[in-house]
Amino acid sequence: MNREALIQIVKQPVQWIEDRTGVIAFSTPLLSHHVPRSAKWWYVFGSATLMFFTIQIVTGVCLGTMYAPSASNAWESLRYIDEEIPLGWMLRALHGWSSSAMVVMMAIHMLQVFMHGSFKFPRELNWITGVFLLLTVLALAFTGQVMRWDQDAYWGLGIGAAIVDRVPVFGDQMRALMLGGPIIGGETLNRFFALHVFILPGAAIGLVGVHMALIMKNGISEMPKPGEIVVPSTYRKGFEERMEKSGVPFFPDAAQRDMVFCGVCLILLVFLAAYYGPFGPGGMPDPTLINTNPRPDYPFMWIFGAVSLLPPASETAIMLISPVVGIVILVAVPFLSNSGERAPSRRPGMMLLAVFVVMAIVALTWEGVTSPWSPVMDGWSALPTPTQFVKGRTPLQMQGAVVFQYAQCRNCHELGGFGGKRGPALDEIATRMSPDQIVRQVQQGGGNMPAFGKNLNSAQMTAIVGFLSTLRPENEADSSIPGAQLPLPIKSPLVVNSPFTGTGVPAEISAGVSSR
Amino acid sequence: MSDDSKGETKKEGCAGCDCGGGGGAGGSLPPVAQQDARRGFMFKFGAGLLGIGGILAAVPIVGYIIGPARSRYRNEWVDLGVTTLYPSGQTRFATFLNPIRQPTDGDAAKTACWVRCVEAGKFQVFAINCAHLGCPVRWFEQSKLFMCPCHGGVYYQDGTRAAGPPPRGLFEYKWKVEGGKLLIDAGRLPGLEESV
Repeated sequence: MNREALIQIVKQPVQWIEDRTGVIAFSTPLLSHHVPRSAKWWYVFGSATLMFFTIQIVTGVCLGTMYAPSASNAWESLRYIDEEIPLGWMLRALHGWSSSAMVVMMAIHMLQVFMHGSFKFPRELNWITGVFLLLTVLALAFTGQVMRWDQDAYWGLGIGAAIVDRVPVFGDQMRALMLGGPIIGGETLNRFFALHVFILPGAAIGLVGVHMALIMKNGISEMPKPGEIVVPSTYRKGFEERMEKSGVPFFPDAAQRDMVFCGVCLILLVFLAAYYGPFGPGGMPDPTLINTNPRPDYPFMWIFGAVSLLPPASETAIMLISPVVGIVILVAVPFLSNSGERAPSRRPGMMLLAVFVVMAIVALTWEGVTSPWSPVMDGWSALPTPTQFVKGRTPLQMQGAVVFQYAQCRNCHELGGFGGKRGPALDEIATRMSPDQIVRQVQQGGGNMPAFGKNLNSAQMTAIVGFLSTLRPENEADSSIPGAQLPLPIKSPLVVNSPFTGTGVPAEISAGVSSR
Repeated sequence: MSDDSKGETKKEGCAGCDCGGGGGAGGSLPPVAQQDARRGFMFKFGAGLLGIGGILAAVPIVGYIIGPARSRYRNEWVDLGVTTLYPSGQTRFATFLNPIRQPTDGDAAKTACWVRCVEAGKFQVFAINCAHLGCPVRWFEQSKLFMCPCHGGVYYQDGTRAAGPPPRGLFEYKWKVEGGKLLIDAGRLPGLEESV
């Protein structure tokens, strides 16, 4: 058979399909449309986001064949996928890591578009569909966390329900709509399942379609150059001329960079998933197992951090209003400024804003991860008392150290770098507070500390204050001595001038309490 | 469409006019104005049918979606066991099966609470959920405090707020003692809008 005949054999069915569908006529302009020559490595992030989304769909459909969307056995089915199905754990790992990667890549893509001013005329709707894609993807991430149906999922829903419940007037109804009833239960999981596998992916696919159609309609923006300003009345004509003259076809000129970047991302993803494995599931979703420390997934850690740092008096208003304001601002971006300079160097205010937002999210995420506001729940029972704080102490002071531990002070206060960070570290408390002040603080609380007056008897109180009054660096006087800067020759940190040592003289002289 | 029916429609459509109602095999169509009038009617008729059908179909769909917000779930009295399980002056952990539950709830129907016996015959029963954002609070017998692991809410033994972000004290269940047993009025997830 000669070459010509072979070509004919291939060509005929292709032509048949093209005649009936027009698929080649439809897709040729998609591939060959001209993009700016300057569109180089900055332009790969959108494609990578789309690639991760595709992976989500493929792995998600696979998981959908095995996952049991029922509160009574969702958790078990995940364990089954992880442990019994060959490479099931890898499928879950890919889905989990690709989800994080999609959120990160999307954020980078959005940041790049913002910093390059690519949202300006005529691409306002590209930006706005992008904002809705971001919201959809975040909703997918949150509902995906619920799919794990473990303790974090259960209590995460509880936090979501508590926030929704704060909506004035309709809070109760909205919470019931969210949970599918008055409790977090079977209907809750199934509501979130319907969102996660039908509604949100459908919305995302539709929005991606519109986003891409808008790219075809308006073209890819050029790299910004200082002085090349966007004038809506003349922009389109100039852009089309420049594309005609100096543009390059998307395929293969620009696509090859996308392919390289996506290839690297894909290989990294597979390695990450294989090395670190799937996310959870954590503890069983049994609300009577309360020794849990609920934390959201990373995309929401900054919100968790922010919610913790809000002033209680205004937190309801801020929690309910700020998401709305945030979304409105994001949508309004292209309307606030849709012409003029695009170059970052000519938009310093916008650059500062972008840097500020990124830093705020990173800082709040860090706060959320470290959670300094949370008591260390087992601090009192698990953390040792560093030896320097008990060495050379009197029996009363040692007893105080025991009471200090026993009364869970350690859950919120650090000693020697270990313990809760909710309250101040107490390593040098005696340099800041006199024994009398310590008594008052422990008894009455205040400054976000509970009052322990009713919970400690007088012997315990005497002991604990005796112990705390010894907590100061060597050679530094305690705060009860006037002119405390005097270099007193104290070998070990001791308390003086208090009812707890019974003396009013420096420790060296006071009987029975020094290191002698 | 048969010639008969064409003739019939034309008769209806051409009442009182002499546009030549007899359609031949070639089928001359009625004048454009009449076609438009008929199409206008058909459009309205179709839209009306679709509207009615849509509303009929939407009743169960919308009802199903918003159902949870409408239905009034009633709390029920739940047995927490004999009162001797809860010694005077102590706070104890108790669990029960939520009276409002579905067949598919699994472990999620289990609920926990803290029972404080103030003195013989006098109780306080606290919901496990922190009044801030609903995380499970833990009781610390030694310091007589409830602490929350999420954002550091702290409560005294009587449930009043001691420290941290909670806007109020712990939620309390109504309780009663019947036949030597402690019963609480439980079901709905506690929230700021309501007390349990």
